[in-house]
Amino acid sequence: MIGGLFIYNHKGEVLISRVYRDDIGRNAVDAFRVNVIHARQQVRSPVTNIARTSFFHVKRSNIWLAAVTKQNVNAAMVFEFLYKMCDVMTAYFGKISEENIKNNFVLIYELLDEILDFGYPQNSETGALKTFITQQGIKGQHQTKEEQSQITSQVTGQIGWRREGIKYRRNELFLDVLESVNLLMSPQGQVLSAHVSGRVVMKSYLSGMPECKFGMNDKIVIDKQGKGGTTDEPGKSGKQSIAIDDCTFHQCVRLSKFDSERSISFIPPDGEYELMRYRTTKDIILPFRVIPLVREVGRTKLEVKVVIKSNFKPSLLAQKIEVRIPTPLNTSGVQVICMKGKAKYKASENAIVWKIKRMAGMKESQISAEIELLPTNDKKKWARPPISMNFEVPFAPSGLKVRYLKVFESKLNYSDHDVIKWVRYIGRSGIYETRC
Amino acid sequence: MPAVSKGDGMRGLAVFISDIRNCKSKEAEIKRINKELANIRSKFKGDKALDGYSKKKYVCKLLFIFLLGHDIDFGHMEAVNLLSSNKYTEKQIGYLFISVLVNSNSELIRLINNAIKNDLSSRNPTFMCLALHCIANVGSREMAEAFAGEIPRILVAGDTMDSVKQSAALCLLRLYKTSPDLVLMGEWTSRVVHLLNDQHMGVVTAAISLITCLSQKNPDEFKTCVSLAVSRLSRIVSSASTDLQDYTYYFVPAPWLSCKLLRLLQCYPPPEDGAVKGRLVECLETILNKAQEPPKSKKVQHSNAKNAILFEAISLIIHYDSEPNLLVRACNQLGQFLQHRETNLRYLALESMCTLASSEFSHEAVKTHIETVINALKTERDVSVRQRAADLLYAMCDRSNAKQIVAEMLSYLETADYSIREEMVLKVAILAEKYAVDYSWYVDTILNLIRIAGDYVSEEVWYRVIQIVINRDDVQGYAAKTVFEALQAPACHENMVKVGGYILGEFGNLIAGDPRSSPLVQFNLLHSKFHLCSVPTRALLLSAYIKFINLFPETKSTIQEVLRSDSQIRNSDVELQQRAVEYLKLSSIASTDVLATVLEEMPPFPERESSILAKLKKKKGPGAVSNHLLKTRKACLTDIKGISTPSPSADLLGLRAGPPVTAAAPSAGSLLVDVFSEAGVNDDGFLRFVCKNNGVLFENQLLQIGIKSEYRQNLGRMYLFYGNKTSVQFVTFTTTLNVQAKPVEPLIEGGAQVQQVINIECLTDFSDAPLLNIKFRYGGALQNLTLKLPVTINKFFQPTEMASHDFFQRWKQLSLPQQEAQKIFKANHAMDTEVLKAKLLGLGMALLENVDPNPENFVCAGVIQTKAQQVGSLLRLEPNAQAQMYRLTVRSSKDTVSKRLCELLAEQF
Repeated sequence: MIGGLFIYNHKGEVLISRVYRDDIGRNAVDAFRVNVIHARQQVRSPVTNIARTSFFHVKRSNIWLAAVTKQNVNAAMVFEFLYKMCDVMTAYFGKISEENIKNNFVLIYELLDEILDFGYPQNSETGALKTFITQQGIKGQHQTKEEQSQITSQVTGQIGWRREGIKYRRNELFLDVLESVNLLMSPQGQVLSAHVSGRVVMKSYLSGMPECKFGMNDKIVIDKQGKGGTTDEPGKSGKQSIAIDDCTFHQCVRLSKFDSERSISFIPPDGEYELMRYRTTKDIILPFRVIPLVREVGRTKLEVKVVIKSNFKPSLLAQKIEVRIPTPLNTSGVQVICMKGKAKYKASENAIVWKIKRMAGMKESQISAEIELLPTNDKKKWARPPISMNFEVPFAPSGLKVRYLKVFESKLNYSDHDVIKWVRYIGRSGIYETRC
Repeated sequence: MPAVSKGDGMRGLAVFISDIRNCKSKEAEIKRINKELANIRSKFKGDKALDGYSKKKYVCKLLFIFLLGHDIDFGHMEAVNLLSSNKYTEKQIGYLFISVLVNSNSELIRLINNAIKNDLSSRNPTFMCLALHCIANVGSREMAEAFAGEIPRILVAGDTMDSVKQSAALCLLRLYKTSPDLVLMGEWTSRVVHLLNDQHMGVVTAAISLITCLSQKNPDEFKTCVSLAVSRLSRIVSSASTDLQDYTYYFVPAPWLSCKLLRLLQCYPPPEDGAVKGRLVECLETILNKAQEPPKSKKVQHSNAKNAILFEAISLIIHYDSEPNLLVRACNQLGQFLQHRETNLRYLALESMCTLASSEFSHEAVKTHIETVINALKTERDVSVRQRAADLLYAMCDRSNAKQIVAEMLSYLETADYSIREEMVLKVAILAEKYAVDYSWYVDTILNLIRIAGDYVSEEVWYRVIQIVINRDDVQGYAAKTVFEALQAPACHENMVKVGGYILGEFGNLIAGDPRSSPLVQFNLLHSKFHLCSVPTRALLLSAYIKFINLFPETKSTIQEVLRSDSQIRNSDVELQQRAVEYLKLSSIASTDVLATVLEEMPPFPERESSILAKLKKKKGPGAVSNHLLKTRKACLTDIKGISTPSPSADLLGLRAGPPVTAAAPSAGSLLVDVFSEAGVNDDGFLRFVCKNNGVLFENQLLQIGIKSEYRQNLGRMYLFYGNKTSVQFVTFTTTLNVQAKPVEPLIEGGAQVQQVINIECLTDFSDAPLLNIKFRYGGALQNLTLKLPVTINKFFQPTEMASHDFFQRWKQLSLPQQEAQKIFKANHAMDTEVLKAKLLGLGMALLENVDPNPENFVCAGVIQTKAQQVGSLLRLEPNAQAQMYRLTVRSSKDTVSKRLCELLAEQF
């Protein structure tokens, strides 16, 4: 179990230190600083073992969060907890930065007391936490006994993530499918690896204790329906379903039902939360294709030409497109010409950055650059790092489609039709690289 | 040197550095550096010429980036360009960059060397200094090759500035340290030595470092420096604190120079010239006097400088070891430091005193401080100081104070630091033995030692106590009583059980009269420890039990019961099981007489060379300390000679040299073990006979085998002499040879010798030597030996004389690859020409003079006579004295012969 939790700034100064177990001494704080934060070689592993003590760390901007333990814990659990901790902090005071942490010093300790008990993770649901850990100072006098007991029963009850008696005039639901697509492609256009990791994020403003049911074009479900029911449109359903490699759910989803019927039903928390996460590797729609052309002219010159092609419906618009072309370490000057957008040589990053604001589907654009090199006495050859790309497209590259989201509330008198539902798809680039 | 003026302040560099320092994260820093590097690259691109200032600025930035830990792979050319600038700052930055960044294999080295050469030949002293500093900083072999000839010239030239001379001396020192073979002082030596007379103190200080280093390699060439150093020293020592102006440090005149002078003098023996010696003694006295004066300043620097000189002076006095008066004074001075507030001073005082204690003149004086040292051992807070105190106690110990010192060390041992315990234990053991007048005291001390620090008592220590007890009749009873009492403690160390088991097994009878230590009580006491011990100890205890059966027949049934129990007779450990079975059988079958013979009391151990001391030395590592130990030992030995000791074990501590006292020693079983260990084929005796025909082939405690042999053509005759070294006769003595031999007398009387003749005929060439198997009975035990008879192919050589061209003609004739065998190997013995010649002649071939063009090499020729054929062989041995290696080439008309000869000979040199 987690023995302690430390938060450091970029200099390695301790901002928050909370020790849960006696086996973690004070020197553990320094051990992590010396061996990881100030290490000569950058430490890339998120788990570090120092003197029989394990340190699990994540970094958010310049802030290091480290969980410490002497026991053999489930590392995935620890990281899940750390991510959750980041979410909670973001929900309370926005961006995780040194200043915010210093300003919310007391609050963070309060949270740490609540979400970890003797090193065991407890309820880390932001909504629930917000009911009794508040930022408005002591509310105790105003809180009636009734309210307090209500909080207690909610937090300790079966549905810890939602309190009773919520009422909205308009019952609304927002559903976002957020995906990031990762790709590594060879110079010849062969896909070396590709996968999509996606999240379904919901914002619900519903009265009472509604029961929801979420449906998407999961291949297993579609196939089952296709077999069981009449065979209307067999080809179509097969085409449009997707194979999900693995998925995880918010705690509100009834896993037993998912296991038996593969249906996703749940009582949603109030406000924003992440309903599920999933990953797919088959039949991915690659929104862009990058075609690089690099030519070395003598020892002191390099010519680069890069073509990008958008590969989706012409009616859709991709946004925030950025192509990053690495330059050799002995670059002494760069000239760029591009037809669309803006391109610039960024010396501090050793790369040419080409930005295009918007681009419709089934189009292509190109950039050409001339790079001057300084002859060096070093015989090392340039390693040619891959060209990477960033973008945002208004569809799901995995092909996921929301089929339905039904809401049932038996006690209150509103039905599925009365709920206003919004669905949005956003596909972003993860690590989207093409070798050159 | 000119300071960097304001205008040269390189604002861009300052801005860049402050940018880097303000970076919030590592990533931001890397970004800033990448940007700067790109900027510099674009500037260095070469389309427009840069002025000196900006070149300097960018090179400086590159240097800064490099020192931050990033790789820099350009800018070298610009730095080299800076070297040819006339501005000091630009040149300085150029040299700085090159000293830090240029690696020796760079192609730029030639350009750099050129620039340095220009600067060295310029008349500008600052430029010369910069160039010299760069050479010293890089200090590579290439640099040494290029400038080793040039720098001594600068160093001794009359018109060189003082500051340049200083740099030149230190630069030369650096080059000498990296590549001594390239710095040849020859012609410059006397002029370098005369630098000691230089007006400028800085030059003298720099030169003396160089001279000290050089004189360590060839002291004779620099001998003249002694008198110069002494006169220089006396001038400094006698000067008032204001005389030397810049070179007075906190009222101490030229402390560094003084220390270096004193250190230089330590490289040489005391000066022979009376006047010089008198002057030096005067100096040393003055230094000692000055130490007594009240300090001129309260500052710590003042006392540090003063004490530094004092300690060097004392080391010199110790080094000379010839002035009793000075030695005693030094000792008294150190005695004052022993109680000084400053921990470092106490440490140094103890350390120097250790060496003083070994000098015969000051030994007594050191002894007067014993109380203080003991106090230091007890109360000192710093562990390193305590260790020195323990060393000193060891060094100052002699017969008069041994009891006190050993007692103090023992009592300290209980609280001593773990790191020094083993060493302390060894020291106590050595002292106790060395100065033991009364052996009961010795036994007490060692048993105490085992009780207090059992874990740290090495095997040697308890072996030794047993040897002494066995060799000395007068302590045996006392020892038995003491170990018996010690074993009664509820928890005692395993080493104590070992000593107890051994001594009670041997001498338990001496205390059996007392009903409190009756045989059965003794046995039960030992057996109560049995289950807590490790296997070797248990084995020893089993042997003790069988000895008990011999000593006290009344315990026989009890012990047999124990041996018969499943935990012994079916023990999973083979050794224990075998012992249990054998002892059980021995006790039930053998008659009391046989038992008494087999389990007789151990004979006295032979005297042996020291080895605990060797262990102590090994622990301390080589160097000054072991030297000092040697000295102390020498001193102690002379001590012992002075007082004639009655004990035969006055020379101490020798265990390893003789056969190991195995844990099984006290029983008949041990004899068996001994024999088994020698049952293998004896090889090294065999190899000794490749080049000689007569000698001792084999020797152990029982038997000696001598050999005399003669060979003529393919025939040989060998006489084997079997000598019985014991007083008991060997019965059923037989030898079998896988070659036919005349039978030998089956009985060898004690102390007698029998002879066996073997006739040998070489039928064809061979590589395996005949084996000789010897069997005989000594006492009851069957002894079995297998030896290789030293008959090798080379014994059948006929030497052949031939002239040079004959030799080479034949050599060329035998040029098939399989006819040649070659081996390159390291010399095992010293490379003495005469010895080599003798060995080659012993081989049987003719040693040919004036054949090989290189007089170092040896060539031989000979023909091997076998019945079937004759095999001509040629041999060439090329020694390489520098590498201590030989190359041996053998060519003969038969490939197996060359191979075998090569193998045989490779082991000989």
